[in-house]
Amino acid sequence: MTLHHHIKNTQNQSIDILEYTHKALEETKAINKEYNYFTTISEELAIQQAKNLKANPKGKLAGVLLSVKDAICIQKVETTAGSKILKGYKPLFNATVIQRCIDEGAIILGKTTQDEFGFGGFSVNTENIPKNPFNKDRVTGGSSGGSTGITQKANFAHLTLGESTGGSIVDPAFFCGVYGLCPTYGRVSRYGLLDYGNSLDKIGPMAKTIEDTALLLNIIAGHDEKESTSSTQKTEDYTKYLNKPVKGIKIGIIKDLFGEGVNPIITKSIYKQIEQLKSQGIECEEITMPITNKYSIPTYYIIATAEASTNLAKYCGLRYGATENLQGNYNEFFTKVRETNFSKEAKRRILLGTFTRMAGYRDAYYLKAMKIRTKIIEEYQHLFKKYDALLSPTMPMLAPKFSELEKLTPLQHYMADIMTAPPNLAGMPHLNVPIGMHNDQALGLMLTANHFEEGKLIQIANNIQ
Amino acid sequence: MEIDKQLVQHIAATARLQLTEQETNEFIPELKEILNMFAQLDEIDVKNTQPSFHPILLENVTREDKIKQSLTQEQALSLTKHKENGYFKGPKVL
Repeated sequence: MTLHHHIKNTQNQSIDILEYTHKALEETKAINKEYNYFTTISEELAIQQAKNLKANPKGKLAGVLLSVKDAICIQKVETTAGSKILKGYKPLFNATVIQRCIDEGAIILGKTTQDEFGFGGFSVNTENIPKNPFNKDRVTGGSSGGSTGITQKANFAHLTLGESTGGSIVDPAFFCGVYGLCPTYGRVSRYGLLDYGNSLDKIGPMAKTIEDTALLLNIIAGHDEKESTSSTQKTEDYTKYLNKPVKGIKIGIIKDLFGEGVNPIITKSIYKQIEQLKSQGIECEEITMPITNKYSIPTYYIIATAEASTNLAKYCGLRYGATENLQGNYNEFFTKVRETNFSKEAKRRILLGTFTRMAGYRDAYYLKAMKIRTKIIEEYQHLFKKYDALLSPTMPMLAPKFSELEKLTPLQHYMADIMTAPPNLAGMPHLNVPIGMHNDQALGLMLTANHFEEGKLIQIANNIQ
Repeated sequence: MEIDKQLVQHIAATARLQLTEQETNEFIPELKEILNMFAQLDEIDVKNTQPSFHPILLENVTREDKIKQSLTQEQALSLTKHKENGYFKGPKVL
């Protein structure tokens, strides 16, 4: 049954949504035992919401079970962003995206596992590590790994909210074989999102179909007066792009992102798909992005770590989350809480970010990175004068095994962001489109569009079989 | 510029982290490798380029100076055990 039918059945009460929710919770718990997709399954909340919905069935997401990346605040539900330092933190409020979904009849299933604060591309920087839905020896990708894992595995009406700073929506979407749409920066409110990088973070929908992805985007997109970086650009009905014809659409194939360093199976699968697009009248041309492809990774990591080191300064044990007994002076107390409860990766990024902001280094690193971001945005926008969208791989490798990942240095982990860092840095909307399997490893491609042109991504993706 | 034990420990202290000897020794080569990667930015001339602190232009985002509902004192204090008489309680200043 499609999500659309399930919503209709909930609205007209031809299914018992309370019974349905109970069954979905049982299935979720069984999946979670094997795959670690959840830090918290919000059973009590889900049942209460289902009872309310049964009595008053309405909303564009009526009866849909919604799982939520753990960095997004849900009132009274433990929210840790995958970090020990927020153990026990139960927010006093709902994030804007959560309230919008609840107001439309969504039922909150729980909080999904992720890399701590979004620091990672494989969801391994956390206590309960999620496993790839196709093979438990492989990673889900990250940092929204729990969200994409449950999306692939769930056999009930389900949607999920993920978050991306440098690729954390499309990366796990690719490895788990689902759609993941990272909207334009500012398209979706960040109010209630535990921040990694203020100029980089975006919340976005992930789902099994492009229709469901568009549906969820409709609900969460739009200006929020509580969030000062939220865009006032008008929203639209993204589902109307599903049936728009694609003949005459122009796509730029980012040539630099194929070739050396990219698994040839990925390249082959995407070029095969390109032929299918051409057969539908879509014009495809190879293009290059020299500045973006050379400088995105260092630019992204300078900005991301600088912003993260500032944002993580608030975790100090005083007002919420993990704490210690009040001993020593303020510096000693804060240091003890942070030293004990941040992971190695969190510390690494705090050190890097603090360094690049220090007097004497700020101009060489931080300011320079901000200027290079301008150049990268200019390179994208020059291309978008001619092309409706750009196409590339989502990741350079197929889903690795945990044992293979252990051999990588931190820098090698960072280099895996080569395809996803650029659109994240430039705030461009981008989408992973699943395109089949290679044995037990999912295949996919990434589409990128200009600011606020999420519709074009949906329009093109709907024609990819 | 030298990434040595002293610099790493200085940065850590600034960020309210206290690294163990082992952590410091592990971080030094890792940070060196990453900072080398950052140094690639030395190649590109951006003298006449404006910085983009956000990818979308944001200017003067303000709201009316009107009192709106906020957390109550009780709510604000409800998430910690470190409190007394309506205040957050901290360790000694000195």
